[in-house]
Amino acid sequence: MLRFFVRRILLVVPTLAGLLLLTFLLVRVVPNDPSAALAGENATLAQIEEIRRQYGFDRPLWQQFFIYVGQVAAFDFGKSIYTNAPVAQDIKQRLPATLELTFIALALGAGLGIPLGVLAAISHNRFADYAIRVLTVGGLAVASFWFAIMLQFLFAMELDLLPLRGRLAVATDLPPLVTGFHLIDSLLAGRLDIFADTLRHLALPAFTLSIGAIATITRFTRSGVLETLQRDFVIYETAVGYPRPVLIGVYVLRNSVVAAITQIGLLFGALIGGAVVVESIFDWPGIGTYAVRGILSADFKAVLAVTLLVGIIYAMVNILVDLVHALVDPRVAEQL
Amino acid sequence: MLLLRKFSKDLPAVLGLAIVVLVLVAALLAPHLAPYPLDAYESHLTRRLKPPSAEYPFGTDNIGRDIFSRVILGTRSALIVSLSVVSGAMAIGVTLGLVAGFYGRWAGEAIMRVTDVFLAVPQLILALALAQLFSPSLESAMLALTLTYWPFFARIVYAETRRLKASLFVDALQCIGASAPRIVFAHILPNAASPIIVRLTIGMGFTILTAAVLGFLGMGAPPPSPDWGLAIAESRQHLPDTWWFATFPGLAIFLTVLGFNLLGDGLRDIVDPRLRRSR
Repeated sequence: MLRFFVRRILLVVPTLAGLLLLTFLLVRVVPNDPSAALAGENATLAQIEEIRRQYGFDRPLWQQFFIYVGQVAAFDFGKSIYTNAPVAQDIKQRLPATLELTFIALALGAGLGIPLGVLAAISHNRFADYAIRVLTVGGLAVASFWFAIMLQFLFAMELDLLPLRGRLAVATDLPPLVTGFHLIDSLLAGRLDIFADTLRHLALPAFTLSIGAIATITRFTRSGVLETLQRDFVIYETAVGYPRPVLIGVYVLRNSVVAAITQIGLLFGALIGGAVVVESIFDWPGIGTYAVRGILSADFKAVLAVTLLVGIIYAMVNILVDLVHALVDPRVAEQL
Repeated sequence: MLLLRKFSKDLPAVLGLAIVVLVLVAALLAPHLAPYPLDAYESHLTRRLKPPSAEYPFGTDNIGRDIFSRVILGTRSALIVSLSVVSGAMAIGVTLGLVAGFYGRWAGEAIMRVTDVFLAVPQLILALALAQLFSPSLESAMLALTLTYWPFFARIVYAETRRLKASLFVDALQCIGASAPRIVFAHILPNAASPIIVRLTIGMGFTILTAAVLGFLGMGAPPPSPDWGLAIAESRQHLPDTWWFATFPGLAIFLTVLGFNLLGDGLRDIVDPRLRRSR
């Protein structure tokens, strides 16, 4: 298993190196004068000159690339134009909020998607199956930003059941900072009121974000279960008299979720991409809102740092997924 | 004929085809179908934010334009953007996939590594970063979407080409001295066509969604174009008083994407029966 893990990590190295090169090219080569682009629109000539020296734009391109790699390795992404703070610090502050939202959305996706998929498979070609299919196809076609606005309109504005935006109510104090995840921090501090408030604020954005995930996981689980149900061991175990719930819930499910687990890794990337939009609608103080503000204020450094970070997270999650995959199905580990 | 009969039995796919045809017709005849075709750009401040009525089926927006007309007029830009993005991405992706799959070796490796890099970041984030670097406009949004969508085609075509290259008929062609371009374009490409077409259909729906996000964030078509994403962004300031302003452009996006997705699913079932309804 260790060998599998190491090899899997080595496979990611070229991709990440390529990603570094890509972001490097984007910021250094695409704009005509990268120093001017980095300095922002209102910079003076002296400031531009200063940046040119500071970033080494007066040196050959390959040297610049190594300087850039060194900066990234030291988490030095420069200062954000918008917040006027180092980008690395901004991201560090905001990342837990995004991860909390994404994990909850992923948990919703798996928690609803897998049971729905199993339900659709065991009622194959009957009403529940059709109803679930209509819902999942619809779920993949809905624009998340529109859905978010509709949810806000219905639950926050008309019914006044849930908060409209933000991560905590203004009157609620912040939980003591331990992990940055409000759900965990508030529990650690024993503050159930903060926990409840966090949940209320999470409900709409997390549900919006999870729509696509629920739909995808449902479809993969359904097809996986349908395929497994035709295998010989199912007939055997039915004949021997295993109770149906145990048979489906343990033996069939374990043999069917492999494809769904792979999808979770791919979904994580889609979720972080979706979080950019969902966060900016719900004013969620994460890296998505940060990226959108960066885009609107032409803050190259912020946007590229987020791009790079998301690429790294994405790669790590996919490694993790492969590990889980190998644990569920040991044959996978031998293939690599 | 057999395929056609099989397709017509697949009710969701037929429904998808019907929606796609409907949207296409709406786009082609938009200025004739829209009751107030001039409302794409004209404003009527005396009839702002009117709720849906017989006169204005979807109501009017913040500067008095008929939303029904603007939704119909919006089909044009949505389809033009997604068609050009997907066909551009297809041209790049198919070519690179064929070259990488057929010639293999270091060129193929290099191409596939570049593909991996593009797939390492979610498409939306990469497209946003690119669109911003090119300075926000509809053209840069389209360019950014094209530059981030081609890897999906490259992957599929690469896999298909590798599979076909190992087949007997390619060996036979090589034996009788067919040139490499001839084998690739006249023999391998037609055999790889069906997965490409499936990807194309699904990509249309997908691109309409992503382009709408760019429009919503103000990085696509500028006002006053009747863009769906832009209209939803404009409507936010008028909630909760005017539910119709945000609802109908969103439903238009939903219906169009649904049509392409259903059609794509149906086509996939026909092309690859092993995958029946799998994803």
